[in-house]
Amino acid sequence: MAVVADRQIIHETEIRPRHYLNVNHSFWSWFFTTDHKRIAMLYLGTITVFFLMGGVFALLFRLELMTPEGDLFQADTYNRFFTLHGVLMIFFFLVPSIPATLGNFLLPIMVGCRDLAFPKVNLASYWIFVFAGMFGVGMLASGGVDTGWTFYAPLSTHYSNTSVFMAAMAAFFAGFASILTGVNFIVTVHKMRAPGLTWFRLPLFVWAQYATGIIMMLGTPVIAITLFLVALERVWGVGIFDPAHGGDPVLFQHMFWFYSHPAVYIMILPGFGVISEVIACFSRNKIFGYHFIAFSSLAIAVLGFFVWGHHMFIAGQSVYTGVVFSLITMLVAVPSAIKVFNWTATFYGGNVTLESPMLYAIGFMGLFTVGGLTGLFLAAMGMDVPLHDTYFVVAHFHYVMVGGMVMAFMAGLHFWWPKMTGRMYPEFIAKFNAVIVFLGFNATFFPQFILGWLGMPRRYHAYPEEWQVLNVMSTAGATILGFGFTLAIAYFIWSLFYGERAGNNPWGAKGLEWTIESPPTTHNFHHIPTVTEDPYNYTGREEVNVQQ
Amino acid sequence: MSNFLNFPIIPVGASTFAEKVDPLFYLLTLMSTVLTVGIFMGIVIMAAVFRKKPGVDRPSQALHAPILELTWTIIPTIVGLGLFVWGAVLFDDYIKVPEGALQIDVIAKQWMWKVQHENGMREVNDLHIPVGRPVKLTMMSQDVLHNYAVPAMRVKQDVIPGRYTSLWFEPTKTGAFPMFCSEYCGTEHSLMGGTVYVMEPQAYNEWLAGGPKVSPQEAGRFLFEEKLGCVTCHTGVSGARGPDLKEVFGHAVKLADGSSVTADEEYLRESIMEPAKRIVATFTPLMPNFANQLNDEDVANLIAYIKSLTEEEVVEVETGAPAP
Repeated sequence: MAVVADRQIIHETEIRPRHYLNVNHSFWSWFFTTDHKRIAMLYLGTITVFFLMGGVFALLFRLELMTPEGDLFQADTYNRFFTLHGVLMIFFFLVPSIPATLGNFLLPIMVGCRDLAFPKVNLASYWIFVFAGMFGVGMLASGGVDTGWTFYAPLSTHYSNTSVFMAAMAAFFAGFASILTGVNFIVTVHKMRAPGLTWFRLPLFVWAQYATGIIMMLGTPVIAITLFLVALERVWGVGIFDPAHGGDPVLFQHMFWFYSHPAVYIMILPGFGVISEVIACFSRNKIFGYHFIAFSSLAIAVLGFFVWGHHMFIAGQSVYTGVVFSLITMLVAVPSAIKVFNWTATFYGGNVTLESPMLYAIGFMGLFTVGGLTGLFLAAMGMDVPLHDTYFVVAHFHYVMVGGMVMAFMAGLHFWWPKMTGRMYPEFIAKFNAVIVFLGFNATFFPQFILGWLGMPRRYHAYPEEWQVLNVMSTAGATILGFGFTLAIAYFIWSLFYGERAGNNPWGAKGLEWTIESPPTTHNFHHIPTVTEDPYNYTGREEVNVQQ
Repeated sequence: MSNFLNFPIIPVGASTFAEKVDPLFYLLTLMSTVLTVGIFMGIVIMAAVFRKKPGVDRPSQALHAPILELTWTIIPTIVGLGLFVWGAVLFDDYIKVPEGALQIDVIAKQWMWKVQHENGMREVNDLHIPVGRPVKLTMMSQDVLHNYAVPAMRVKQDVIPGRYTSLWFEPTKTGAFPMFCSEYCGTEHSLMGGTVYVMEPQAYNEWLAGGPKVSPQEAGRFLFEEKLGCVTCHTGVSGARGPDLKEVFGHAVKLADGSSVTADEEYLRESIMEPAKRIVATFTPLMPNFANQLNDEDVANLIAYIKSLTEEEVVEVETGAPAP
């Protein structure tokens, strides 16, 4: 790095500043770029498309659930909708969401370097993701898939007549994109930190991405193997999971959840990172318990690999195994709880303002708390029996994944949007929208807790009449939520063209990314910075728009 | 208060498990509500108290509050461990079947539940049991994963192909309680449910001794439409792969070799077991032999069903049986 730092990059002093967005407009310069910021924007556009597709499927099956009878769509159609919603949202939105967009964009800047350790690998990651997406589109075009996103065998390997192979390949290849991102993050954090940027001066966002990278690297190969075995059994009839061919369906669940539980942490840990940044900034305060939050990300990354069996208490796994998984699950919940306490304590003695990113972050804290606490119900083995496979589980993981992860993603997008695009979005509408999304979310998913306790099973096309009122509430909420996300996309796009220019540091935030131009130049820094202070060293004084 | 604005928010509890699980559920709900409201209030209050004010400049500080941190580490750990123990003890109840439990076999397949009682009494989708006595279901699937769930009893267990799983419960109330398949199993997953009828022991014994048995016509219809899928070829529409079976019984049928035969029981049975022997004119011999799949009872039921597709008086004339 020292070599690069010494050889200063000469910049043109034009009236119109050159930055990473306008440096070159050719097709080639975008789609074969090795600039981590451009790759982040490519990813952002791509996953937004998948998010919208997944969202449309959700709205369609919520419409079906307005009435107890299965009258709007046929059962097979309904089953495809919820499967496609799950596959697209999990493998093509939630897993790549923060790491591939905000992580790709910010990680090199936050560690004070000019790009990720392997820029071409980063580009490869994007193209592998697109390749996987093509399998996803091919799967849609050939009629979709109806196994549920969990691909449970032997339904997936033998009985389903839909495009299981294409869906499995889509998820299989998307996994490789994820592995490459993870490896890139780990190496970058280890080898490319700026002078003076010690491990404990790293922003917590970087710690979270680092921990996520570890899970991506260690966990994803297992889902790849599992999906490959599904394909092997389905296409060539090799008996692995189907007992009719000498296999074991419970083995599939072990292999599937060995990845898919840690994958939950792939989805939520980056969100923790965003929330730490946003809360510190808008409290204008040092984060409470920096070391604890940093280490707990790593602890969760490791312990997260030893709790998968809590998905299988009544799936036919041994009782003793279940007891061990239940115990570890309870213990892994503790660091998450402490994180919430730490974020709350960060407000203490700060100078709090409530801009839109902060509103999303506060929404996150409320919803994630509910999501986490309802997880305790399901982790207690005896309590899991009546709640397992009901809408209680659906509500629980949407509180974590949407209420937690998507709210954090929204907080992060609103926070760093001025940095990424150089433009401000309309703040008042954004604040209003944060409230809309929060209310819409609760209206959608809170009734599902009650439905679950009443016993309504998941993935039901038709249901008994007495559950209609709660289902109608949920559908109404989904409409509000859909409106909220559409509005956000609309004002973000509007801001690209008409938004006020943001300046380098519109929030008066700390962190290396706020010391450079908005949008940054292709090489981020004119000089590689030397870091001399701890993160989140807020003074309380206004530091808005410091020009370099 | 189990209803709110005329729709239920609290499930019916009708087994000993409901008495054990429900207190934990409501305690957890209370704890979650208190914590969520507490944290949210904490955020709102601190956001108000420490809001940014002109002229006030609180310097950033790394707070240390070891006692506070220890408290909020140790208490959640203890609560977590407590919940673990409570949950594990409850689960122990779920797997320890009391002695003298009524033994019932359950076979699941896409998309129905076949139940067989100790004395050979069978039923489909429904389950009749006596109140106040433990019942143990031993279950297996013939195809994909299923899950036998009765919310009112607070029980649920995956049903797996190629291996037996079981569940038990002791009903405490009589009545009819819905049962659902709770593990996604394909197209008609949401229709793969039934009813658990909990009866007084006296009524149960009467039922078991032969009470409302499934009628042969109904059993035959089930074989024809659902189990064997005869209906996929014998659709009753012209141009179908199999002949229309309405108005067949007791009538003359023209065969492919030009001869003719009266469709009596003997001919129907032969046409089920070895269909190629005497094919109906204009049809190709596509139908497989069912000789190895069906027992006599099945065949009798099927014939009873085919008879029921024909006008009553013909049935009377041909069989001498009383009108159904």
